[in-house]
Amino acid sequence: MDIRSPAFKQSARAALSDAQLQRALGNVRTGFIDKRRQAVDALPEFDALRDSAKAIKDHTLAHLDLYLEAYEAKATEAGGHVHWAETAEDARRIVLDICRAAGARTVTKGKSMITEEIDLNAFLEAEGIRPVETDLGEYIIQLRNEHPSHIIAPAVHLNKDQVESDFRRVHDHLPAARDLSEPAALLGEARRVLRSQYFAADVGITGANFLVAETGTSIIVTNEGNGDLTQLLPRVHVVVASIEKLVPTLEDASQILRVLARSATGQDMSVYTTFSTGPRRPGDPDGPEEYHVVLLDNGRSSMLGSEFQDMLRCIRCGACMNHCPVYHAVGGHAYGWVYPGPMGAVLTPSLIGVDKSGHLPNASTFCGRCEAVCPMRIPLPKMMRHWREREFERGLNPAAQRYGLGLWAFFARRPRLYRFATSLAVPALAAMARGRGAFRRLPLAGGWTRHRDLPAPESRTFMQQWRDRSAGGETAAARGPEGLA
Amino acid sequence: MSARDTILQRVRTALGAAGGDAARSRAVAARLAEAPAGIVPARGRLDGKARTDLFVEMAEKAAATVQRVRKPDSVPRAVAAYLRGRNLPAAVRMGDDPRLAAMPWDKVRALEIGRGAADPDDEVGVSHAYAGIAETGTVMVHSGADNPTGINFLPEHHIVVVDAADIEGDMEAVIARVRAGFGKGTMPRSLNLITGPSRSGDIEQTLLLGAHGPRAVHLIVIG
Ligand code: SF4
Repeated sequence: MDIRSPAFKQSARAALSDAQLQRALGNVRTGFIDKRRQAVDALPEFDALRDSAKAIKDHTLAHLDLYLEAYEAKATEAGGHVHWAETAEDARRIVLDICRAAGARTVTKGKSMITEEIDLNAFLEAEGIRPVETDLGEYIIQLRNEHPSHIIAPAVHLNKDQVESDFRRVHDHLPAARDLSEPAALLGEARRVLRSQYFAADVGITGANFLVAETGTSIIVTNEGNGDLTQLLPRVHVVVASIEKLVPTLEDASQILRVLARSATGQDMSVYTTFSTGPRRPGDPDGPEEYHVVLLDNGRSSMLGSEFQDMLRCIRCGACMNHCPVYHAVGGHAYGWVYPGPMGAVLTPSLIGVDKSGHLPNASTFCGRCEAVCPMRIPLPKMMRHWREREFERGLNPAAQRYGLGLWAFFARRPRLYRFATSLAVPALAAMARGRGAFRRLPLAGGWTRHRDLPAPESRTFMQQWRDRSAGGETAAARGPEGLA
Repeated sequence: MSARDTILQRVRTALGAAGGDAARSRAVAARLAEAPAGIVPARGRLDGKARTDLFVEMAEKAAATVQRVRKPDSVPRAVAAYLRGRNLPAAVRMGDDPRLAAMPWDKVRALEIGRGAADPDDEVGVSHAYAGIAETGTVMVHSGADNPTGINFLPEHHIVVVDAADIEGDMEAVIARVRAGFGKGTMPRSLNLITGPSRSGDIEQTLLLGAHGPRAVHLIVIG
C-alpha cells in the first residue's frame, strides 16, 4: 500500500469537508465509547487486569527470544510448520510459496491487520491468486478497492447507502429489484455470497491475536465467525503473526482476553475465541490438513530495547482511536498508512521510518484520553512526543515551527522571564477574545484556527491559578487518569 | 544465517541478552511450568445453583437462549421442541459424541440425525460442551473424532448441551480442566470458546445477529 502519511495535513483537510465521512464518523463518537464504559464499570477488577496484562507483555518482551523458541518447538510438535520472515517481502514470498504448493487459485482471508501491513492482497493478485476478504467490513472495502480506516471496524468510514450501491454493482447476478435498504439485508447478502467462497478456497489465511508458547497455539478473537470458517474449510491454514503476539501460557492469554473485548467493543467476551494447535488429527472429521505460521519481524526487533518498546504491548483493540478527538474529526484514512489513530501515530514511524510518516506524531491534541483508556497502559502521548523530538532533531519539521519552538525554548529555560511574559500575554489574549471564550481566528495561528477554535485563556496564567488552588487544597491530579476520559 | 537465527539474534541484541543466560532461561521455564493465574474476577466465585444461574444470566446477556432440563434423557425432546417452536425442519447434524449418543433420540419421532462433518445446507447443529464459563456465559467445545468443528459455525442454529456439573466459575478453572483432560502443554486441534450467536456491527455500527456463523445459539443446560 502506498504511504500517504506525509500528506496528513491535506488528507485531514479533505476529510473534514467530506460530508459522507463526517456522517459515518458520528458512529465512532457515539457507539464505542459508551459500550466500553459500561463493560469496564461492570468489572471491578478491570484496572487490576490492565496492570496484570501489562506485566505479562513486559515479561514476555523481555524474554521474547526464549518464548519464540518455546512456541516454535510446541507448534512444530503439534504438526505445524513455523516460518520466519524478517521483512514484509519475505512474508509475502513465504505465503505465496505455500499457496503455490497447494495449487491455490482462491484464498479466503479472516480479518487481519498484519496482512494489510505486508500488503498481501495486491501481491497475491499480481501472482494470479484471488484473495477474498470474508469479514463483512473487509469484504466491503475490498469491493471498493480501499483499505481499512479502523483496526477493528474497517468500514466505519462508510454509510449503508454506499454499501448498498457497491453490492448492486458487484453482485450483478442478483435481481436488481431486491430490497437492500436495511443493514440486515446487506449482511444476509454478504453471508450468502461468501458461503460459496469458503468452500472454493484452497488456502485460508488469518492473523492471530495471541500465540501461546506453552502449547504452540494461535488464538483468533472474532464476532462474525468468518475467521473460523476461513481456517476450517480450506485444505491449508496459514497464520500470519508478528513476533510480539507471544504470551507465555493459557492463563496469560486469559488475562489479556478479559481486557481486549471490553476495550474493543464493550463485550465481556467476543463471540468466538478460537485456539488452534496444528493441523487436523487422525480421525478428525474436519479441519485443515496443513497448518502454517509465518512469524514476522518487520521492524519489531528494532523497537525492542528502545523508547518505543512499550508499543509492542499493543493488542490492537482500537480503544485509543475510538476515544481520540483527532480520529473523530478526520477518520482513519487521513493517517495515510495501515495503522490509524494514536497507536498508528506511534507505530507508523517505528515501522516505516519517521521521515516517511510526516506529521503523524503531531496528529494529536495531547489530551491524554488514548493513554487513559489503553488496556495495555501504553504511554501513547509520551511516545508521540519522542517522535516529535526525533523529527525535530533531524530537521524534518518546517522552519517557522523550528523558529517558534526555539523562541519558546529560550523563555522556557528562563522560568522567571517565562512567567513574566505569560502574565502579560494571558490577560492580553483574554481581553482580545472579549469574553467569547474562544478565537475563531488569530494572527499567526491560522494552522490551528482553520479547523478549530482556539480556546481563549482565562485572565490568569496556569501558574497563578495553581497557586490559588493548591492553597485551597484541590488539585487536578486528584481526579486520576480516568478523570480525563 | 537463516531468517530464524537473524531474528532471534536481533531480539537478543536489542534486549542486551546473551544466548546462554541461565537466569533468563530459568525464568521462562518456571513461568511455563507454573502458569500463574493472575487476577481472577470475583464474579465467578460461586458454587452450585448460583454458578449455574450466573452462567445462564451471562449467556442470555450475550443473546443466547437457554433452556434448563433435569436429566440427559430430556435433551432429545427439548431439541424437538426448539425445532417446532421455530418452524424448523425436523433434522439436526451432530457428531458421535458419546454423551449425545447415549441420549434417547429414538423417543422423538421423525427426527432426522445427520452424522459427521457439517454440510453447508444444515440448518441446525447439536454439540455437547466440554465446559461452560459462568463469568461470561461462554461454552467451550473442542475438535476430535466425535466433534466436527464445522457444527459450531455452518448451521443457522447451534444447539449446545451443557451439563451443569461442567460449568466452572471462570476461564482459569476451564483451563485447568483442559490441562487435566489433555495433558500439560497439549491441546486439541481446535478449542472453541463460544459466547452467543455470531454478529457484526460493520454497517454503521448497527449490531446485527447472524453474520457468518449461527444466527441463534440455544443452550440446553442439564441439572
Ligand atoms: S495502543 Fe492501546 S488502546 Fe490503542 S489499539 Fe493498542 S492496546 Fe488498544
